[in-house]
Amino acid sequence: MEYVIEMNNIRKEFPGIVANDNITLQVKQGEIHALLGENGAGKSTLMNVLFGLYQPEKGEIKVKGEKVEITDPNVANDLGIGMVHQHFMLIEKFTVTENIILGSEPLKGTSIDIRKAEKEVQEISDRYGLRVDPKAKIEDISVGMQQRVEILKTLYRGAEILIFDEPTAALTPQEIKELINIMKSLIKEGKSIILITHKLKEIMAVCDRCTVIRRGKGIGTVNVADTNESKLAAMMVGREVSFEVEKTEADPGEIVLSIKDLEVQDTRGVKALNKLNLDVKAGEVVGVAGVEGNGQTELIEAITGLRDSSGGTITLSGTDITKFKPRKVTESGIGHIPQDRHKHGLVLDFTIGENILLQTYYQDPYSRSGVLNYQKMYDKARQLIEEYDVRTPNERTPARALSGGNQQKAIIAREVDRSPDFLVAAQPTRGLDVGAIEFIHRKLIEERDKGRGVLLVSLELDEVLNVSDRIAVIYEGEIVAIVNAKETNEQELGLLMAGGTREAGEKHE
Amino acid sequence: MSDNQKKTKQVLTGLAIPLIAIAFGFLAGAVIMLLSGNNPITGYTALIQGVIGDRYYFGETLQRMTPLIFSGLAVAFAFRTGLLNIGVEGQLIVGWLAAVYVGVAMDAPMIVHLPLAILAGAIAGGLWGFVPGILKARFQVHEVIVTIMMNYVALHVSNSIIRTYLLASGQRTDFINSSASLESDFLSSLTDFSRLHWGFFIAIAAAIFMWFYLWKTSKGFELRAVGYNKHASSYAGMNVNTNIVLSMVISGAFAGIGGAMVGLGTYQYANILPSFTNLGFDGIAVALLGASTSIGIILSAFLFGGLKEGASNMQAAAGVAPELVEIIIALIIFFVASSYLIRWIMTRLQNNKEGK
Repeated sequence: MEYVIEMNNIRKEFPGIVANDNITLQVKQGEIHALLGENGAGKSTLMNVLFGLYQPEKGEIKVKGEKVEITDPNVANDLGIGMVHQHFMLIEKFTVTENIILGSEPLKGTSIDIRKAEKEVQEISDRYGLRVDPKAKIEDISVGMQQRVEILKTLYRGAEILIFDEPTAALTPQEIKELINIMKSLIKEGKSIILITHKLKEIMAVCDRCTVIRRGKGIGTVNVADTNESKLAAMMVGREVSFEVEKTEADPGEIVLSIKDLEVQDTRGVKALNKLNLDVKAGEVVGVAGVEGNGQTELIEAITGLRDSSGGTITLSGTDITKFKPRKVTESGIGHIPQDRHKHGLVLDFTIGENILLQTYYQDPYSRSGVLNYQKMYDKARQLIEEYDVRTPNERTPARALSGGNQQKAIIAREVDRSPDFLVAAQPTRGLDVGAIEFIHRKLIEERDKGRGVLLVSLELDEVLNVSDRIAVIYEGEIVAIVNAKETNEQELGLLMAGGTREAGEKHE
Repeated sequence: MSDNQKKTKQVLTGLAIPLIAIAFGFLAGAVIMLLSGNNPITGYTALIQGVIGDRYYFGETLQRMTPLIFSGLAVAFAFRTGLLNIGVEGQLIVGWLAAVYVGVAMDAPMIVHLPLAILAGAIAGGLWGFVPGILKARFQVHEVIVTIMMNYVALHVSNSIIRTYLLASGQRTDFINSSASLESDFLSSLTDFSRLHWGFFIAIAAAIFMWFYLWKTSKGFELRAVGYNKHASSYAGMNVNTNIVLSMVISGAFAGIGGAMVGLGTYQYANILPSFTNLGFDGIAVALLGASTSIGIILSAFLFGGLKEGASNMQAAAGVAPELVEIIIALIIFFVASSYLIRWIMTRLQNNKEGK
């Protein structure tokens, strides 16, 4: 029994589409097996089949060599299959232990034996180096730790095969590193892992083998050691993909945005920005690199008028916009691609067309004396949908129904089309697949080449390095270093982001 | 399936739920009639007779609909902006009193007097909506709690004002001057001397206004955006707090005009209320069954108005207790609220039909 999981020739149909068409996935005992594919390729469907949420139309599943019928998640549990969901299924008000034992509570008489459960949770946590406090409440712990609680939950239920669904989507670089270590220690203890992802780097870093699916079809399985990122990307997308953003040397002009001694408090009233200074010139992309929570969010919100500052000034092409409300800021010539497209970027229940007009609906010709002209609005929306290749049945489709990449394209269409002098792009490619990432990076460079200033705030170092001309490192609410993107590398940035100095970084090399 | 077909199907599914809920409500009513020894066929025949069997009954039904449309619009308008206005009852009561006060205290040509009286109702109702709106926007006080409390304030303050300043005979104020009255000899004679008045047409116009305002104006676009997603709205430069207050004021004004219709049309006076009128609370049911759409509200107001009107004939002709009507209404709302169940049954049936 070489394979711990075998899914042979799986076919799963939904009305109108074939989500999985003859896919084969074989996972060896003790390996980390990547399942790679673009958004909507059918990865989740396949895993839901394995987890018993869907029944396949065709194909067979074998666990440890034996043919099984997984009719519901309980059966999957009994077979030792555990799923770490992308969106955590935890109760905020409960403690770690209470969440873990939920549904299989150990009893002492008629009451729950919480002590015993806590001890067990602690034991498992120690064994795999999860460092989770069994008594902490979920609402008080970080996203990374919540994920470890999810992992603990599957282990507590005796999972031998763990499915990780896009586990790094919500994590900081540090947390990703920790997660990778945890995965490795799980393998050492004899577990097997299926990692669902579209991030090639992670696959190269931790996986042994990789199965690629594209538009519901199995493309093949490869040894990670025998391949590289561009080969994997080509398998996933079906064409050559360039990771390097093609761009010419920047030709910076006058300063567009100038931030002087900016001070901002975060939601709890703690100082988040501490006399921050930053200039962005026309025709350049300035990347802001930093570990999450060092003031990036507050910086973006202060520039765009969503958060009041307590000191300092923000000047846009000579105009002081420090005290401007969001609409004034927008009208002064700032475009904003927000970091959370569902929370800030879109009204998901509105149509995609209405969302494309979300910043301009009140202006002539879309609105005259307060009355909307839907004809004109949808004409405009149609034009931008075509121009920015937003894949949607039509402009009246609810934004909710679009894929993440297409939602993001719609937002970019809206922000860029207004031709702002200055564009703030916050995590513009978060959670998107390589095709969409390529598109968005190209757009940002295009804007730069049109002579606009671009501020790119991202947690992905690759992105910052690739797209930016200059990189400002933010640490504890201050810009601690500004480096030329061409003259730096990941190691140096990593060190600066952790509060080190540049000299130390050079010595380190 | 083409886009149009898909849309038609969506609309049909949207219609199916309230219709099924209504059918279930009547079915349950029939069972209750059977259990209490009545013949449901005679009972329902009498009920329907009591709505459309006579011009008088029909006129009275339309008259009953009028404030229900307004209170339904009030609830729906707030709901579309993401707010729950449970204070329609109170807003309606103050609107009633304010309109009647202007109707009694002033003397002016009708063209000035009547609009002024209605406006007074709108302002009073709007003010009653403004208080929870501003509390919500400024201090994040939940509007449900404030609006519920404001109902009691409205009831007792109105009663106290009538008792102290406006009492004319018994429990009521003077009759309003005819220049502020919505009474219509024409409509009345058309319907065999029912109390049907011009307010009915004002209510229809208000429903059209709500539809236009929410879906065709940029302000309505903003209000709906705020209702769906406050964060995205403020990101897009909309002033979320202003919109919250505005929505509550307009919602309250709808309710206030509803009260004015009762005062200037149906009764021609305001009286000391022994308890809530329930016209406002029924608005929640009307809006819910009407899915917060203008046309839905008109239709469901007709249903509820008709049920209440027909109840008396049902008692007279078939001997069924009129309270049965309240039970049916409650059950219809119950089934609408549990639309999840209906949806579930529908998908089940569909799957069976498709052979899976």
